[in-house]
Amino acid sequence: MKGLIKKKKILMASGSSEQNILYPWLAFVSILLFNLIFTDGFFNLEIKNGHLFGSLVDILNRGTPIMLISIGMTLVYATGGVDLSVGAIIAISGAMAAKLIRPDYVKGVLEYGDQTSLLIVLLIPLALSFILGLWNGFLVAYIGVQPIIATLILMTVGRGIAQLITHGQIIVFEHSTFQYIGSGFFLGLPFPIILVILVFVFTWALTRKTSTGLFIEASGANEKASRYMGIPVRMIKSLTYGFSGFCAGLAGLIITADIKAADANNAGNFMELDAIAAVIIGGTINGGRFSLAGAITGALIIQGLTTTIITRGVPPQVVLVFKAVIIIIVALIQSGKLRNKVSKLMHTGEKIS
Amino acid sequence: MHDLNNNLLEIRGLSKSFPGVKALDSVNFTLERGEIHALMGENGAGKSTLIKVLTGVHKKDSGYIKLEDKNFEASSPMDAAEKGISTVYQEINLLPNLSVAENIYIGRHPMKMGLIHWKALNSLAQKALSKLDLDLDVTLPLSSFSTAIQQMVAIARAVDIQAKILILDEPTSSLDMTECKNLFVTMQKLKQEGISIVFITHFLDQVYETSDRITVLRNGRFIGEYETAKLVRFELISRMLGKELEQAMESSDKKTANDISEKEPFITLDNVEQKGVLKPFDLEMREGEILGLAGLLGSGRTETARLIFGIEKLTAGTVKLDGNPVNITSPKQAIEQSIAFCPEDRKTEGIIPDLTVRENIVLPLQAQKSFFKGITRKEQVKITDRFIDLLKIKVSDREQKAGTLSGGNQQKLILARWMAMNPRLLILDEPTRGIDVGAKAEIEKLIFRLRAEGLSVLFISSELEEIVHICSRVAILKDRKKIDELSGDDISEENIMKILAQESRADI
Amino acid sequence: MKLHLNQKNIPLLATLLVFTLLYLSGAFTYRGFFSLRVFVNLFIDNSFVGIIAVGMTFVIISGGIDLSVGSLVAFTGVLTANLLARTDMPPIIVILICLLCGAVLGFTMGSLIHCLHMEPFLVTLVGMFLARGVSFMISLDSVPIRNEMFIDISKAAIPLGNGMKLPAYAVTFIVMVIIGVWILHYTRFGRNIYAIGGNENSALLMGLPVGKTKILIYTLNSTICAVGGLVYSLYTLAGYPLAGTGLELDVITAVVIGGTLLTGGIGFVEGTLIGVLILGLIQTIITFQGNLSTWWTKVFIGILLCLFILMQRYLSARNIKDQYHD
Repeated sequence: MKGLIKKKKILMASGSSEQNILYPWLAFVSILLFNLIFTDGFFNLEIKNGHLFGSLVDILNRGTPIMLISIGMTLVYATGGVDLSVGAIIAISGAMAAKLIRPDYVKGVLEYGDQTSLLIVLLIPLALSFILGLWNGFLVAYIGVQPIIATLILMTVGRGIAQLITHGQIIVFEHSTFQYIGSGFFLGLPFPIILVILVFVFTWALTRKTSTGLFIEASGANEKASRYMGIPVRMIKSLTYGFSGFCAGLAGLIITADIKAADANNAGNFMELDAIAAVIIGGTINGGRFSLAGAITGALIIQGLTTTIITRGVPPQVVLVFKAVIIIIVALIQSGKLRNKVSKLMHTGEKIS
Repeated sequence: MHDLNNNLLEIRGLSKSFPGVKALDSVNFTLERGEIHALMGENGAGKSTLIKVLTGVHKKDSGYIKLEDKNFEASSPMDAAEKGISTVYQEINLLPNLSVAENIYIGRHPMKMGLIHWKALNSLAQKALSKLDLDLDVTLPLSSFSTAIQQMVAIARAVDIQAKILILDEPTSSLDMTECKNLFVTMQKLKQEGISIVFITHFLDQVYETSDRITVLRNGRFIGEYETAKLVRFELISRMLGKELEQAMESSDKKTANDISEKEPFITLDNVEQKGVLKPFDLEMREGEILGLAGLLGSGRTETARLIFGIEKLTAGTVKLDGNPVNITSPKQAIEQSIAFCPEDRKTEGIIPDLTVRENIVLPLQAQKSFFKGITRKEQVKITDRFIDLLKIKVSDREQKAGTLSGGNQQKLILARWMAMNPRLLILDEPTRGIDVGAKAEIEKLIFRLRAEGLSVLFISSELEEIVHICSRVAILKDRKKIDELSGDDISEENIMKILAQESRADI
Repeated sequence: MKLHLNQKNIPLLATLLVFTLLYLSGAFTYRGFFSLRVFVNLFIDNSFVGIIAVGMTFVIISGGIDLSVGSLVAFTGVLTANLLARTDMPPIIVILICLLCGAVLGFTMGSLIHCLHMEPFLVTLVGMFLARGVSFMISLDSVPIRNEMFIDISKAAIPLGNGMKLPAYAVTFIVMVIIGVWILHYTRFGRNIYAIGGNENSALLMGLPVGKTKILIYTLNSTICAVGGLVYSLYTLAGYPLAGTGLELDVITAVVIGGTLLTGGIGFVEGTLIGVLILGLIQTIITFQGNLSTWWTKVFIGILLCLFILMQRYLSARNIKDQYHD
């Protein structure tokens, strides 16, 4: 009992800037424990040609797209919104990159020679993704469209746009430097992991070392009051959607570079659910406090679960069911918390009135 | 003594506690048949808790409620309404998207062969409204009518559900004078039909104009029940405030020195207008003065404040700062010009309940800096602690969520936030509404201190007494424009009311 | 009912205008466009979208949203096809099971939304992925429907003369629209839907059964959606777990174009019908054009939805200003 009180105090004192991510970590550890017992060689790590291999690295590596979009989604979610279009943006960005590498693909000429400048292959899809995200943000922040609807439009239209870019085909390509983004190694680690670390550190520093994070939380928690305090709420909201689009674009590049093909129909399919799940598991509040570390943990849980289930021989599509169940359970736990909080607030409110 | 048989509702020894606070402490309340009974008390006196227990929002802890000599207990407001006790709330709880007729009959639609009988519905509604001398096109959506009419519709609905008791919770706070008069006529009419009315209001005049008897609550306790005609106004106030009569007189009599400076005005509104909201008028403010905006609700007080603060855009006229025209189109720009604004609705426009006290205080300060130049945590703590100390904000911890503070402390928090910015002009919209008397006095003291430091304050309040007490100059607004100004010894409740009354006569 | 030219009707008039313009432009541009056959086909090809849109109209008027409809169509199709292929269950039982599954899903979602105050978008998003995932669990591939009764139903039609027929599922669509109008306009349940969309708190204080109504709305919507799924499987005579991806946007678009406010409180099933027909017209025009990718349909629908949302925002902004003038 005493210990519990102590813990509570510590939690309160540990303060506001990051939510408590103890429980998500416990969940992730229990997934790993499950594998320790039931999956042979799960914890084996080996170094081949100076590259690290093993199931754990695999979870990290495969989890990179989810982690990336979760970082963007966290900020959007904290402003009180949601971004359903990330999957479609992944498809668009991948399609765009492939199209830039092989502009003549439609004509059916199968040649692997063109080497479009890496800069172009990276910058144009990323810029496009950012702009598409900004468009979402514009609809939400300046026009006042509900976030679900605004991003639902791009979720569906976006896949259409990706299909139009690829003309409905799967574009296969070879591009040695671009492929590095998806399958290269840096310092022994798969390059996508390095990318995620970079984006995470950048985002964390941007939000927690400047006042941006607090502005995002304030805008989400009380838009009007924030505006009256001189916080540029609309700009912040639009930018979070833009950033979410950028993250999705980067994830799209990693996926495309990894499989050396752009599949407009399947790339990033259902990935919005993964990101939302990761963000919610990570303890970010819809309109309020957010936790980037929590979102990363959430993404690891989702990926760990997916890998575990697939290694047990279940078809990957079925993983959807498990993810749905997890989200609903986490949301249920949180709503329980929410109800307690609301009833407490009501009582204190009574005290005042 | 009253004839016991004439009692419609009898509440005896009613108590209700919430964690940490006794909201009602053996309260008595007696309502006779066909009377208008005013329920009076300051904020926190327990009026709303009493109503909530009566209408089934809260469960009572002890005591009894008897309606027509039978034990009464409601499980929900609707249950209470069906048992004869209907409430019309200040923020009209109707459905703006549906027609007037449906608003009266929703849930009780007349049916014909399993279908809603629209014709019967409309004619029934017409009849129900005509009882209140109202003739409307009942097929129009409710949102196309004024607040006053919407309130009448709410009353019509309540009366139609066979109300024996009608509770009117602050019904007049958003009505103008003629609308109030109409409401009072309706109340008298209902009274003659034998309906008892519980009338909750802040306006003493209205109590004396309408009610037969008064029950006063204070701090959750029953203070007394009086016949309106026999209770002098000051006695009523002293019962409500719990002060002795002389003290009450003294505090309302205390005048501050009016040193109207001969300084140049630093902010001037020149013929400003916001189409459809404010008619063109001039206004100027000097440093170190407290300018009051007096007027009834809807007269344009809050709108003027919102215009100066850049929330709304002016459609004509100019705003000058130190003689230079400025174009303020957003709160951010207003803050850059050292203007600060404490909005009327603290909970939704003022504080951010989920963030901590510290964050709530430093936010606007940070918003003024560029995105990347934050204030260090150490500085934040220093600023926060200084203001918690200075304003005596009662917090357990500076990292406490702002939403858990009491109303008065939330108001102080908002003041602290702006004081940290060193503004030149502070706009206060109803800063003392819903705050207990102690905190009110502290906030008033604070305002005087700020003025002494050379700040100018634009003070909006619907309590004339407060305006007279605090302001060195008063601008009087009516019908969306400034109609007059008073300063120095001319400022008195009587004069302000005279000006307000004169104009309305001229209008007719 | 008198027709007032007020804010309520402007979106509906805009809908009618768009429909007329699209229809006329099609009729003038393409040969054979202005024929009864093309018009009847609008009802036939969009019957399942239309059926689901009726349910979605209820949901959106109540101020909610349901993202699970597309997946539920896939689930219903897969369930039907697999039950018919793998068991000897009589078709009528299969149909009942499908409807029951829809109702249970809707009831669960509605209960979560109401009892635990969870966001409709989150709950129905989970429903969306759940239904899709379960469809994959049942089968990963398309399963054809060979049951005779189903084939008979899919062929059943009312002759319209000139060799044209109105198939049973198109009739289902029309019947569903009529039921929708009846529910919304002539039942207390229907009026409660409007009340909740107008102001849930007021509805509660006015003693309306808010909880029951909300749960019933989602239950009804998912059941109607299961009907849509059955119609879709009759239409395609197959069950495919990837069917109906992106259908939720089509349906929401049809409802919004039909004059229902996304914020709730205002809307008509009659409008939704026209909204569905507009979507059908866009598809028909793209087919008549011949050289456009079908993906353009999605893009056009998205653009149209954007335009209507912008119009709604503009109108409601003006509405607020108007109130000051009163």
